[in-house]
Amino acid sequence: MKRHLPLILLILAVIVVQLLTRWTDTAFYLTPLTMTGYYSLVIVGLCLLMGYAGQISLGHAGFFAIGGYLSAMLTTKDLMPLKETLLLGLCDKLGLLVQGQDMLGVASLQMQPWAACGFAILATIIVAYAIGIPVLKLKGHYLAMATLGFGIIVYRLALAFPLFGEADGISGVPGFPLLPGLAVSGDFNSRVSNYYLAWGMVALVMWLLVNLIHSRVGRALRAIHGAEGATNAMGVDTARYKLNTFVISAVLASIAGIFLTHYNGGIGPSEAGIMKSVRYVAIVAIGGMANLWGALVMGAVLNIMSLRGMFGSYDDAVFGGILIVIMLFAPQGLLGISLSATFKRIFRRGE
Amino acid sequence: MLLDIKNLYRRFGGLQAVSDVSFSVRPGMIKAVIGPNGAGKTTLFNLITGTLPPSSGVIHFKGQPIHGLAPYRIARQGVARTYQNIKLYPGMTALENVMVGRHCRSRAGFLSGMLSLLWTRKEEKAIREKCLELLGLLDIADLAEVEATSLAFGQQRAVELARALAMEPELLLLDEPAAGLNIYETAEVARLITKINAQGITVLLVEHDMSLVMDISHEIVVLSFGEKIAEGTPSEIQHNKEVIRIYLGEDDAED
Amino acid sequence: MTLELFSQYLLAGITYGIIYAIVGIGFNIIYNTTGIINFAQGEFVMLGGMISISLYQWLPLPLAIGAAVILVMLIGALVEILFIRWLDRPSVLRMIIITIGISILIREAALHVWGEGVRSLPYFVGNEITTVPVLGARVSPQVLWVIGVCTVMVLGLSLFFKYTLQGKKMQACASNRVAATLCGISTKNMVTLSFMLSAGIGALAGCVMSPITYTQYDVGTGLAIKGFTVAILGGLGSSMAAVAAGLLLGIIESFSVSVVPLAFQDAISISLLLAILFLRPHGLFGNKDAADLKEF
Ligand SMILES: Nc1ncnc2c1ncn2[C@@H]1O[C@H](COP(=O)(O)OP(=O)(O)O)[C@@H](O)[C@H]1O
Ligand SMILES: [Mg+2]
Repeated sequence: MKRHLPLILLILAVIVVQLLTRWTDTAFYLTPLTMTGYYSLVIVGLCLLMGYAGQISLGHAGFFAIGGYLSAMLTTKDLMPLKETLLLGLCDKLGLLVQGQDMLGVASLQMQPWAACGFAILATIIVAYAIGIPVLKLKGHYLAMATLGFGIIVYRLALAFPLFGEADGISGVPGFPLLPGLAVSGDFNSRVSNYYLAWGMVALVMWLLVNLIHSRVGRALRAIHGAEGATNAMGVDTARYKLNTFVISAVLASIAGIFLTHYNGGIGPSEAGIMKSVRYVAIVAIGGMANLWGALVMGAVLNIMSLRGMFGSYDDAVFGGILIVIMLFAPQGLLGISLSATFKRIFRRGE
Repeated sequence: MLLDIKNLYRRFGGLQAVSDVSFSVRPGMIKAVIGPNGAGKTTLFNLITGTLPPSSGVIHFKGQPIHGLAPYRIARQGVARTYQNIKLYPGMTALENVMVGRHCRSRAGFLSGMLSLLWTRKEEKAIREKCLELLGLLDIADLAEVEATSLAFGQQRAVELARALAMEPELLLLDEPAAGLNIYETAEVARLITKINAQGITVLLVEHDMSLVMDISHEIVVLSFGEKIAEGTPSEIQHNKEVIRIYLGEDDAED
Repeated sequence: MTLELFSQYLLAGITYGIIYAIVGIGFNIIYNTTGIINFAQGEFVMLGGMISISLYQWLPLPLAIGAAVILVMLIGALVEILFIRWLDRPSVLRMIIITIGISILIREAALHVWGEGVRSLPYFVGNEITTVPVLGARVSPQVLWVIGVCTVMVLGLSLFFKYTLQGKKMQACASNRVAATLCGISTKNMVTLSFMLSAGIGALAGCVMSPITYTQYDVGTGLAIKGFTVAILGGLGSSMAAVAAGLLLGIIESFSVSVVPLAFQDAISISLLLAILFLRPHGLFGNKDAADLKEF
């Protein structure tokens, strides 16, 4: 299967990198690598939406934040005062709650990470549909502004509610036990397993998305990008296809938010900021828009550099600059440019 | 009646682009819509396919009302079209373009697509074979892997036609299929339309090339400034005073 | 609500509203000549404030403001020449991303030059505690400066478009670019001019508002969203409607403070933006048929 060759390379690269960090005694690299893996989920989801379905979203950090914040809140905040409410009573009966103790030894009540994860994803799906139905009727600047507006609202709400920790965000988020012996957490001893977990999820998502873009649905999405009206006249329910794609990419962002929050043990408002959304868009653009592998590779490179602090205080400026340069000189993405063609173009312009 | 249009109106601001148009299309026929530029022919097609909603009036397809439905619903009922200004998908090969037309005749969804189930792979293969066959029918099988928008004009027209045929429509709307083609290509188009029609597909055709229209169509509707001014067989239309006046101008008609 | 409080809210609403209107008009001027929404519009306002504050160390206030406005106009021209002028029929998506990138670069440059701190120009007349009575309320004279200067700008612009040759040429570009080119108007220069003009009015607004609202490196994004809301409310492209829409938004926002916490103020105007986009994308005063013809 030719189309899955890159997937095999990805898996090999993931293993080789882990072995390298072990031999060279640089296992501290695994932490930014794991975080990069989770950010990659957002990026490939956005790539599907922007590159294939052709719909820009300047609010994807909002979905990341919805996932991260909800699961953080539900697994850390004391739900004891709400114990008598119907919903919590039901959760209790279903065994979704855990008894714990706060710092003073007072009994407190939190939600199980699995349940919190479920709630967060459910909430993301609901919000994505509620926003997506009206927003995706818009085009061009209107769509960009509307999604940007959505992102800003999420950011403001995260900052405004004490429940979400205002400017400090939420910390002290517990690990997320997935399987016996495998928990999503920043625990020093589970660094290797978390690294494989994150990149295993990336590989799984890549397999699903690569299959999707080579299917009947993927073809319809590309057609929508090319000529929406004509695609509708071919019998494609374009509104539903755009909406489904939007929801899928929102859920991927949300899952990334949930896992990364458990991994980092917390989340802050900067994860919901506009600059984060713009950064995701920038990476998709650099990867070449309709190029899942390009987005994955460029995202991995840039995120690791950024997480290792290589851009210093120019982090945002670097992404802004990259965005402009790519859009000016190589709208097909960095991996899509053919150098000779570019030279030819430049010389022709000069004549 | 396969298609039945009654008292159809469409306004754009102050402009009445289609005004009180009624006619019907019997199954199996080739019917042509002619009229000067700006007469409202393309608008009429947009109304039938649901691209534009009518200001008022009704359209029935196979006895069911279709006015006001979304284009994809109308397409799924068996109406396919080509465009006057070709609308192919850039960045996709000719074959892929045609395969999009197969959409309403296949069923793999998001989930089955992602999981690449056995039956979806089989379906995908069947789509590909059917579309290659259609490209062969239009003599462009060798262009299957070329990017569609980089093809020559006539070839793009052919790809668009193949895409419409891939839908296996009952009614095929062709908007100026011979525009921009030379006489040989036009003759080829005429032959193709007849061949398609012989396979049982009803054709509604907008065309400026009168010899083509008169040759192959069974009935003709004439529009002028949005209104229907005549309808009948080719020979009736050729002898209609009103039509001659419009096509030749006031003065000539008086001679 | 007492009459005094009412007047207080109303004047605050008008003050902010007219600034939003200026940003909205800035969007419209560029949109009309290019079909582009310039996401960096809010940054021009921020730059106006910041540059004048810096120049004020060496120059008297009017000169500092004048020089700041001219500098920002040059920056506007530079942005157009560097990033926009030579693109051959770029797609909307590409233009969105480029102007967003420009806004980030300007903002980050401002962060590195001026830091994160909040700055402001001194009050043009008196100081923080000087007030004048208006409609039963006591307001800072700076409020009158803002309203006055912005009103003069709006009137000046409408005279410019009506009566000067350059203004008429820009209108011609707006209504039909191809026809304008055929008449020998250099549309490219008109585009540069439109960037200079909208940078200039934004910068001047940024100067007069600085004493009341303060200036920080990241105020641009908020202003851009508000200004865009206003431009859409007024039906993209129409400047006079943008003024009405700006005042409306400013007043709604200012009165909403009495009902909901300040932290939600932005959320309110953004929700309004979303509601307008969903319900009446052609604007409150716009015409749907005309809007259908715009390039979206
Ligand atoms: N989307 C539209 N908006 C406004 N006017 C339109 C639109 N589509 C067509 N028209 C106008 O309607 C009239 C009929 O156009 P059209 O149907 O394309 O004519 P034809 O195909 O017969 O040449 C023309 O005057 C055209 O300008
Ligand atoms: Mg036509």
